[in-house]
Amino acid sequence: MTTTEQNIESILIPILEKVSDPEIPVLSIMDMGVVRSAVIENNSVKVQITPTYSGCPAMDVIGDDIKAALKIAGYDSEIELILAPAWTTDWITPRGRKALEDYGIAAPLTAEADKDVLLNGKRLVKCTNCGSTNTRLVSQFGSTACKAQFQCDDCQEPFDYFKCLK
Amino acid sequence: MKQNLYKYILGIADNSLILGQRLGELTGHGPSLETDIACTNISLDFFGQVRSYYQYAAKIAGDKRTEDDIAMLRKEREYVNVLLVEQPNTNFAYTIARQFLFDVYHFLFLTELEKSKDLTLSAIATKSLKEVSYHQRFSTDWLKRLGDGTAESKEKMQEAIDGLWTYTDELFHQTEADKAMVLEGIGVDVTKLKEAYYKKVDEVLSEATLETPESKWFQKGGKQGIHTEHLGYLLSDLQYMQRTYPNMEW
Repeated sequence: MTTTEQNIESILIPILEKVSDPEIPVLSIMDMGVVRSAVIENNSVKVQITPTYSGCPAMDVIGDDIKAALKIAGYDSEIELILAPAWTTDWITPRGRKALEDYGIAAPLTAEADKDVLLNGKRLVKCTNCGSTNTRLVSQFGSTACKAQFQCDDCQEPFDYFKCLK
Repeated sequence: MKQNLYKYILGIADNSLILGQRLGELTGHGPSLETDIACTNISLDFFGQVRSYYQYAAKIAGDKRTEDDIAMLRKEREYVNVLLVEQPNTNFAYTIARQFLFDVYHFLFLTELEKSKDLTLSAIATKSLKEVSYHQRFSTDWLKRLGDGTAESKEKMQEAIDGLWTYTDELFHQTEADKAMVLEGIGVDVTKLKEAYYKKVDEVLSEATLETPESKWFQKGGKQGIHTEHLGYLLSDLQYMQRTYPNMEW
């Protein structure tokens, strides 16, 4: 229950990697770190997923998409939503961070830098368009619960920043 | 024990449900795009938390009840939220004051609930705490901005704090279910949060150049199901679809 290790059978990884986050389609749920375990028992797969935020409306869709992907691969499955250990942005993989940036969403900074940016107005978030850190917070909340809205003062690009969650 | 745990969970969850619904009313009606998104994002967090609580409560009830039945099909007197959270969005100052006065409590409460012997409640608390610390940041920022803003924003912010102050003391009243759950090591002794709460509130109010109200007259009743007139209207909005088209889903 309290382990932060993932327990995913290697044969299932390529299947699960094909399922993406419906709100950030470039990001697979594996790179997002929301799949905590996937184990085959009698040709049926037990999958545990954990929400990024409690109210994340994507979780039901993710559950259905996992079931559909496993079905195509010939497995029945059972999805369980678990809350502990709570998801953290540290579980986003380096490949996931790169996918976020390429998509136009700035990846989370360290907890300390995040606090400096969101509380003390420091300019540390890199613009996803031009790479400048001359960026400022426009809104503490963005298009989804996990993001905040920023704007670059060099190229004027408005963009989302994925908030650090620890 | 089971009955007390069930009641105890509703005591926590109903606050989130009703405040979530209040904030949801601002969808498309916030004073600016950013605050609109903020209030509705916070609302979404509350609804996420509420689902975890009600799912657990439904499991404990062990009958046919579902999380939706618990949320949608109770009568006014069966809701046990505090009076504070059902107060209307009179103006943005009231929305912020209500949020701030609840967030400070909510943060202290969840910090203690995290230590609960009940693993489900503890997990929900850990998860929610991350979100609630951000809510508190938002409401505190706005309280300071409006309190220490223009003459008009200061007046409105002070009026909202004065108007809602009478509902703060109820946060620290213990119900029978509370007492039973504290003894089991599951529940939080809310009476012990009172001092830290008023200290924190006082600090922020003075930073916002606002006065801490002196009134010692406090309203109560929400935890016993005796509500202000506002809850009925809120529930008729919340429950309309389920009452009109029973069991509808989409």
